[in-house]
Amino acid sequence: MSESQPPLVRVRGVDKVYHRGSEDIHVLLNLDLDVHPGEFLALMGPSGSGKSTLLNLIGGLDRPSQGTIEIGGERIDEISSRQLAAWRARHVGFVFQFYNLMPVMNAERNVELPLLLTHLNRGERRQHVETALHVVGLADRSRHHPRQLSGGEQQRVGIARAIVTDPTLLLCDEPTGDLDRKSGDEILGLLQALNREQGKTIIMVTHDPHAAQRASRIVYLEKGQLVSERPS
Amino acid sequence: MKFFRLVWGNLWRKPLRTTLTGLSVFVAFLLFGLLCVIRQSLTAGISMAGADRLVTRQKVSIIQMLPVSYGDRIAQIPGVAAVVHQSWFGGIYKDPKNFFPSMPVQPEKYLEMYPEFVLPEAQRKAWIADRRGAIVGRSLAERFGWKIGDTVPLMSPIWRRADGSGAWEFHVDGIYSGAKKSTDTSQFFFHYKYYDEGRSFAKGMVGWYTVRVKDPAKADEVAKTIDAEFANSPYETKTEPEGAFAQAFAQQVGNIGAIMMSIQAAVFLTILFVAANTVAQAVRERTEEIGVLKALGFSNRMVFGLVLAESLLLAAVAGLAGLGLIWLITLGGSPSPAFLPVFYFPIPDFMVGVFLVALLGVFAAALPAWQAMRMGVAEALRRAT
Ligand SMILES: Nc1ncnc2c1ncn2[C@@H]1O[C@H](COP(=O)(O)OP(=O)(O)OP(=O)(O)O)[C@@H](O)[C@H]1O
Ligand SMILES: [Mg+2]
Repeated sequence: MSESQPPLVRVRGVDKVYHRGSEDIHVLLNLDLDVHPGEFLALMGPSGSGKSTLLNLIGGLDRPSQGTIEIGGERIDEISSRQLAAWRARHVGFVFQFYNLMPVMNAERNVELPLLLTHLNRGERRQHVETALHVVGLADRSRHHPRQLSGGEQQRVGIARAIVTDPTLLLCDEPTGDLDRKSGDEILGLLQALNREQGKTIIMVTHDPHAAQRASRIVYLEKGQLVSERPS
Repeated sequence: MKFFRLVWGNLWRKPLRTTLTGLSVFVAFLLFGLLCVIRQSLTAGISMAGADRLVTRQKVSIIQMLPVSYGDRIAQIPGVAAVVHQSWFGGIYKDPKNFFPSMPVQPEKYLEMYPEFVLPEAQRKAWIADRRGAIVGRSLAERFGWKIGDTVPLMSPIWRRADGSGAWEFHVDGIYSGAKKSTDTSQFFFHYKYYDEGRSFAKGMVGWYTVRVKDPAKADEVAKTIDAEFANSPYETKTEPEGAFAQAFAQQVGNIGAIMMSIQAAVFLTILFVAANTVAQAVRERTEEIGVLKALGFSNRMVFGLVLAESLLLAAVAGLAGLGLIWLITLGGSPSPAFLPVFYFPIPDFMVGVFLVALLGVFAAALPAWQAMRMGVAEALRRAT
C-alpha cells in the first residue's frame, strides 16, 4: 500500500441524519475517511454508533445527508439510483453478518446471481462461479442448498458471491458476528488471503477486537466521527 | 431467460401455498372456459343471425300468430328480397324429455333463406318432393340415431291432428350440417303443407316471417315499412333484425349471457384477490432478499420485473392449464346434446381467457412489485437483522 496513490475511498464531511417522527438522529457528523487501495480496514465502535450506516454509504446502499463520497474517482453521492445499482454490480462486493443467501437456490446459483447482471454467457458464468467457489474452498459443495451448509460454509458462499464479479472493494458487516471462534477464524483468514494475494481492498465492521487484529488498520467510530485510537 | 431459475425458485419457496393458489387459478379458468362454452351454446342462435335478415312477428307476443297471406304482402314491399315463414311446432319424440326445436317451413324457400344449413343436393330434392319429409340437423340425428329413410313420429302438445290420431309421422329425407361451427344442428324442419292440412285449428296462420332485405344498410327502413303496412290491422306486426329476435327469444328464459358474464366477473375478481394476497405475502417475507438483490446491483426496475414475472408465471401455468383442459374436453364433443347442441370453445373467448390470465398476473403483482421496487436497500437489509 502506498500513501502516494490516491485513496480508493474518500469520504469528506459526511453527515447522516435519520428522522424518526419529529426527532432527528444525527448518526454521522462531518465524518472524513480515506481508504487506500489494498488496505484491510477494520471499523469498530459501540452498538448503534453508525458503523453499518457508514458502510452502507460507502457501498452506495444509502445516501449521505451532507458531504461527498468518492470511490475510485467517482462521486457516488451524486449519481442516480439506477446508475448506483449498476455501479454496485461492478465495483463492490457485500458480505453480510447473516450470510443472506437465497434459500431456494444452491450454492452455485447463489454465487452466480451477480453474474446475471453481466454480459457473460452461461459457460463463462459457470467458469467464474467455479473459480470463486474454489477460492473459498467449497468447490465440492456447489450443489448444496444453504440449509445443508454450516454457518461458516454459508458465509464462504457469501464471500464467493461477493468476489465472483472481481470487485475492487469488499464491504463486510460483521462477517464473523454469527460464527463460533473457529469458523470465524477461517473466514478472517480467507479475507486476509483475498486482501494479500488478490489485492482486494476490504472494509470490515466488527465488534470483536480479536477479529480486528487481522486488519491492516483499525478505526473507531465515536460520536459520529472516526478516531484511530481506541477510545477509553 | 437466465433469470428463470431465480423466478421459478422463488415461486416454490412455499410449495403448499403456491400449489393452492395455482389450483384456485386453475379452477377459476376452468370455470371461465366452461361458462364460455355454455354461453356460446345457448346464444348460438344469436350469433348465427344474418345481418340482412329481419324477423316479422305479431306485435304483442311471439306466441300469437300471423296470417299466411302476409307473406305475399311483405314480398311486395320495396327493398325485400325474399320472405319465408316458420311456426313453432314444439314436437317431442316418444318422451317429453326428448324435446328439440321443430318447425314447419316452406322447404325450398327456407333453404335459400338459410344457406348455413348445408344439405346434399339429392337429399334436398328428395325432401322438397316428399310431403311428409323432414330434414334433421346432424347433432339431432346423432342424438337419436336417426338415419335417412327412417320414419319418425313426433307428438306436439300444441298441435293435435285434425283426424284425432296421436303422432305426426315424418320421413327423414336429409341430414343437414352447419356451414359454421356455431350453426345449430339440433333442429327439425318439415313441410308447412303437411302441418297446415293436418292440424285441427288456426289453419292459415304462421308463427313468424323471416325477411331478407336487398341492402342491409336499409334494413331499419324496410322494417318500418313492413310494420306500417300492417298497422291498424287485426294482426299488427313488429319487425326486428334477426339477432334482436333471437335475443328476445333467449330472454324468455332469462338473460343467461349476462348472468354468466357476471359469474365470470365475480370469479375473476375473487381469484385476483387470492393471487394478489399470495404475491403480497411472498414479497413481504422476502424483504431482506430483495434488499440483498439490490445490494448486488439489481436495479429497482429489475426487482419490479422479477416480482411481476413470478406472478405472471404462476398465472400462466395454472390459468392456461385450466383453459387448455376445457379445450380438450370440447374436442370430445357435447356431453349433453339436448341442452348444449353447439359445444365448442370459441377462439375469441379463448383469447379473452389468455388475456385475463395475463391481466391476473399483472394486477396481482402490481402493488407488491411496486412496493418491492420502492423499498430502500439499507432499509430492507436493516429489517433483516
Ligand atoms: N432507517 C433508520 N431510521 C432511523 N434510525 C436509524 C435508521 N437506520 C439506523 N438508525 C439509527 O442509527 C444509529 C446507527 O445505526 P447503525 O446500524 O449504523 O449502528 P451500528 O454501529 O451498525 O450498530 P450495531 O453494532 O448494533 O450493528 C442507530 O441508533 C440506529 O437506531
Ligand atoms: Mg451494524
